[in-house]
Amino acid sequence: MSSIRVTVIDREGTSHELEAPTDMNMNVMELCKSAELPVEGTCGGMAMCASCHCYVESAHAGTMSEKSDDEEDMLDEAFHVKEESRLGCQIQLADALDGMVIRLAPVG
Amino acid sequence: MSAGLETTFAAQSIMIQTDILIIGAGPCGLFTVFEAGLLKLRCHLIDALPQAGGQCAEIYPKKPIYDIPAYPEILAGDLVDQLMEQAKPFQPGFTLGERAEAIVKDEEGQFIVTTNRGTVHRAPIIAIAGGLGCFEPRKPPVDRLAEYEDRGVEYIIKDPEFYRGKKVVISGGGDSALDWTNFLADGVASEVTLVHRRDGFRGHPDSVQKVLDLAASGKIRLLTNGEVVGVAGEEHLDAVTVKHKTEGDITLETDHWVPLFGLSPKLGPIADWNLNITKNAIEVNTFDYSTNVDGIYAIGDINTYPGKLKLILCGFHEATLMVQSAFKRIYPDKNLVLKYTTVNGVNGF
Repeated sequence: MSSIRVTVIDREGTSHELEAPTDMNMNVMELCKSAELPVEGTCGGMAMCASCHCYVESAHAGTMSEKSDDEEDMLDEAFHVKEESRLGCQIQLADALDGMVIRLAPVG
Repeated sequence: MSAGLETTFAAQSIMIQTDILIIGAGPCGLFTVFEAGLLKLRCHLIDALPQAGGQCAEIYPKKPIYDIPAYPEILAGDLVDQLMEQAKPFQPGFTLGERAEAIVKDEEGQFIVTTNRGTVHRAPIIAIAGGLGCFEPRKPPVDRLAEYEDRGVEYIIKDPEFYRGKKVVISGGGDSALDWTNFLADGVASEVTLVHRRDGFRGHPDSVQKVLDLAASGKIRLLTNGEVVGVAGEEHLDAVTVKHKTEGDITLETDHWVPLFGLSPKLGPIADWNLNITKNAIEVNTFDYSTNVDGIYAIGDINTYPGKLKLILCGFHEATLMVQSAFKRIYPDKNLVLKYTTVNGVNGF
């Protein structure tokens, strides 16, 4: 099984170093849930709830897929949105994302 | 007749009696009607949304689901339609657009559940199939916002006449924000400002064009790349502060601010029903999905137990086992025979 390292900083500021499989068709929301981090994933990964809103803090933004219209639309209804905001469910885990650092956005 | 007696009489006259009162009309609640019906138990459903189907109907009716057994792919809305059809022979009752609020037990040990609109239901068994909870408007994280709720800040436009002759600021980029901007700008409000986080709008292209046209002709003020970050006023809202990406803070005098950021689920009043709750989910015994309160069960996404998976198909299984236990509670002396629909088909009421 191939995997990468992903660091997730929770809402209390604690870093979690996670080993993330890249051959399981997983996204960042699913990764956080399987590590029992406080990400709801309410809509099941359809970019329809923003409960997996996070900030990409490492320089990986350019190597991941562009935001779709659905994702942009959903971020319109999220709060605390910044330039580096993404929905975790729309970030597919891939080898190019090794070393990625993401921070969970505040709930709300 | 005294006022008190009138109230009692009114309450009794609209009391809905059933065998299993289901809180939540999503897939799991709807399938409960079918399984209960096979055991000759009647069901009534309450849901805060105006239509049956829960999340499937409200959030993603046009999205395909791939993990329903025997359906390689089915649209969420179609799944709801099929479940409604399957439940139909058992004539379920519905109280829609109302939120189950209060619960008490009467002297015969039956539960009385009252909604936020005062509809009263009575049943020996409650099945909570509330999914993620009730959908409520999303409130932006603005300091002192709560102080202005119903004093100039509203999250839902119930009656547009309320805004006649008033200055209104609307926030959001979706259909409801666009539609209300267009509606209120058409001779209702005296002044309309639409504030949105970015230049692009989702929502119907026609509505977007109309908003852009109104802005171009000066009939509304359109502030994109900004968001409302502050509220002010004594007793009643009289201004909001907009943080603009390039122009800094802008203060807008206004009588009302209507933030329209969609809905998000909250556990709601069920949290106060003395049920054991862990991480926003109701703890159940996997033997029959009973809660810590005798006669109240919880099925589907709203429950939790070791190994829980939030999947529609798991909710169906939970509903099926739950009605067996409910039957034994209602008829402790009857021997239950599992009904195989392959023998006699489905016999409705």
